[in-house]
Amino acid sequence: MPKETTAIIEQIAHQFNNDPTRLMDVARAVHGRLGHLSELSIGLIAKNLGIHRAQVRDMVSFYAFFSRSPQGKNVIRICTAVVERMNGADELVEAFEKELGIFLGETTEDGKVTLEKASCIGLSDQAPSVLVNGIALTQLKPEDVPGIVAAICSGDEIDTLPQARVRKNLRQSGPILLGPYESGDAVRKAIRKTPAEVIIELYASHLRGCGGAGFPTASKWEKCRTSKGESHYVICNADEGEPGTFKDRVILMENPELVFDGMTIAAFTIGAEEGMIYLRGEYDYLRGSLERALANHRQLGLLGNNICGIEGFNFDIRIQAAAGAYICGEESALIESLEGKRGAPRDRPPFPVERGYKEQPTLVNNVETFCGVSRVLEHGGQWFSRLGTEQSKGTKLLSISGDCRLPGVYEVEYGITVEKLLQQVDAEDAQAVQIGGPSGFCIGPKDYLRSIAFEDLPTGGSIIIFGPDRDILEYMYQFGEFFAEESCGWCVPCRVGTTLLLKDLREVLDGHATHRELDELKQLCGTIKTMSQCGLGLTAPNPILSTIEQFPELYEARLQEGDYYPRLDLNKALKAGCTASGRELFQIETGEPAVTNS
Amino acid sequence: MRDKTVTITIDGKQVEAKAGQKIIEAADDAGIYIPRLCHHKDLPPRGHCRLCVVKVDGRPRSSCTIPVEEGMTIENDTEELNAHRRTVLEMMFVEGNHFCPSCETSGNCELQAEGYRLGMVVPKLPYIETHREVDATHPDIFINRDLCILCGRCVRASALQDGKTVFAFEGRGIEKVITVNAEHGLGETLMDVADAAAHVCPTGCLRTKRVGYSVPVGERKYDHNPIGSEIEQAASH
Ligand SMILES: Cc1cc2nc3c(=O)[nH]c(=O)nc-3n(C[C@H](O)[C@H](O)[C@H](O)COP(=O)(O)O)c2cc1C
Ligand code: SF4
Ligand code: SF4
Ligand code: FES
Repeated sequence: MPKETTAIIEQIAHQFNNDPTRLMDVARAVHGRLGHLSELSIGLIAKNLGIHRAQVRDMVSFYAFFSRSPQGKNVIRICTAVVERMNGADELVEAFEKELGIFLGETTEDGKVTLEKASCIGLSDQAPSVLVNGIALTQLKPEDVPGIVAAICSGDEIDTLPQARVRKNLRQSGPILLGPYESGDAVRKAIRKTPAEVIIELYASHLRGCGGAGFPTASKWEKCRTSKGESHYVICNADEGEPGTFKDRVILMENPELVFDGMTIAAFTIGAEEGMIYLRGEYDYLRGSLERALANHRQLGLLGNNICGIEGFNFDIRIQAAAGAYICGEESALIESLEGKRGAPRDRPPFPVERGYKEQPTLVNNVETFCGVSRVLEHGGQWFSRLGTEQSKGTKLLSISGDCRLPGVYEVEYGITVEKLLQQVDAEDAQAVQIGGPSGFCIGPKDYLRSIAFEDLPTGGSIIIFGPDRDILEYMYQFGEFFAEESCGWCVPCRVGTTLLLKDLREVLDGHATHRELDELKQLCGTIKTMSQCGLGLTAPNPILSTIEQFPELYEARLQEGDYYPRLDLNKALKAGCTASGRELFQIETGEPAVTNS
Repeated sequence: MRDKTVTITIDGKQVEAKAGQKIIEAADDAGIYIPRLCHHKDLPPRGHCRLCVVKVDGRPRSSCTIPVEEGMTIENDTEELNAHRRTVLEMMFVEGNHFCPSCETSGNCELQAEGYRLGMVVPKLPYIETHREVDATHPDIFINRDLCILCGRCVRASALQDGKTVFAFEGRGIEKVITVNAEHGLGETLMDVADAAAHVCPTGCLRTKRVGYSVPVGERKYDHNPIGSEIEQAASH
């Protein structure tokens, strides 16, 4: 066995030129072949890549998809994100547990199946869903479970199951992003300009990044173009990890050519020869079709050497498959991950456009942003900027899920009000709307006339609707669980604070708090927001803070009277001791001793 | 270019700084102490502990990682920031298991000393009760992970000063711990008690065996002068 393992790992490492920056690919391949990453494998990988064992352990222990103990032949990951739980994910977990005779996190005795939970897998519009060996099964009901388990155990092809279908649910394709497109059109128009003119066109469009932060695309490109380096890199951020977003998945299924062409235009503009699409591990099932689309693009002469016949315009794109970590959507953590390391955010400055991948100037844009670029070059910046608001031009793709009749992807003009959106998706009775996912804000009806735009309600695209009967604070708690699980652990306020928030919020929700504890919870939120290193920690308290602001009555209803609520319930704490020692608990008046000999 | 100076303001005081210097270094040179734990003067900064966060033109930034720029206005010793720092310190206490009275590092511990300096009395936050393994496999050094604040000084010192990479991180989020470059324990690594990495730990986590009480309690580093006083005094001469 060790001999075999040695040979397998040698061969895999060789396939990636024994290059330590390709550790992600090597670890994924070894994991795929051997089912897990044992200490033996970790040592062998280190040896073959010429790095230390501790470095490999450091990296592989970071990602949710890597297991260091043996797993079943088949791995079922049940998505237990908020929208999934609103749609019955808990019942689904129970059904799988019952059918398999194991709990979440365990493997069946025959070694056939491991059952795990997953953060949002990007299918909230067809929840609840699971990934079986990377293949998505959607809109499941507990009744489906016996059939699925039987199929898995008898070794059937998972993708032939009737539930193995990923819908696009493209409810409204607008004028810009998701209309028809002829491969290469935008590139052919771009190369008639100089790189500087491409940037002028982007300035005219006022296009802003669609990954959440809304940074002006033109000025990012300009900075990257003027940064000096041995080589420049173009990276497409397809990590799409914010719970409730799935619009990048739909773009990659519907119109990947728009993305490729946007990246190629970037390469032309900043002078890059290498491009990478960082694709979240949860979207592994898209890889096959994306690879085919890339191959097609190469055949058309739109990737590779001398693109569109221009001597020396060489650029190609590779897909970097990832391994389950929300933080890797943050651009500097993404770059670390691409270099084969744990996804720990870097401090800035320097920014990636100055020093990014392999210390070289690197452009990171969201999937949707690259689509926007292609459209701008196809039709002109003026054309793009005629829609939208003062500070948010063009359109935006929204992923809408939760309590509505028509969940899915909508291309809307910036400036649309929440009220109008709710009409479109048939959810006019919404109690609350989560704008921008857990890291965004929860708003109530009094704010439904506000609009989706950077100057009002910014969003990377996630919109989650809570119907009138939902206990929204419980969902805020679940958002808190998400942050605690996904904190990278780099810095203290987020690593420890996200776990503490859960403890304190639980006390409030269970009615074990007064105004004083609620105030302390707010202060804790303030410390995490002020002191954390990156966007994850800075936004982790938002679900709590925004609901305290929008729905104070929900908190009031759970608070106790009085000055404080003791953290320790003395009677409860002493009970076990009393029982063991045969002494009785004595119901006390204030001022009396708590226990007494009997 | 290298020797260019810039002028910044820290808590209302004008300070000359060398271009390219980090804010914390410029403050040190001017005799202004900014609390810190993960930063070490001989190692590149990483920004793990966040104790050194100051407000730069109103925005919170870690002063150990951010370079000075002409005209920066910096707030450091404010009640608001010190309150946040106390909470962050408390987080380090409740994440581990720091029982100072029985710890042989008491008095030499930077974590404890920052607690005193910032006026932390007792953690009000709930304990997390993580359990981490002790590693006593090395003949001269032990690792008591319950006292680790994951400052990463040992990681950097071993890689950059000792050229050994004995230490690394393992796991994510609250599960994160310090790990060693061996299958089982520190005893199997190249670690030597003379290594720089053996002497950079700010707490009682990574310690040399058999010297714990060579300096009696009461005569230890921070028993008489608070942490940072050496920086404040150096500049006043
Ligand atoms: C915790 C965190 C997660 C993020 N996740 C994503 C993501 O999944 N996709 C994305 O495009 N941007 C994400 N971002 C934003 C990126 O850091 C970066 O701003 C973006 O990719 C830039 O592209 P854009 O300018 O085209 O928006 C995330 C940021 C943070 C702080
Ligand atoms: S804020 Fe959280 S995710 Fe960001 S660096 Fe700190 S621990 Fe990591
Ligand atoms: S062992 Fe000490 S030096 Fe190393 S990370 Fe932990 S606290 Fe820091
Ligand atoms: S000293 Fe700057 S973050 Fe720790």
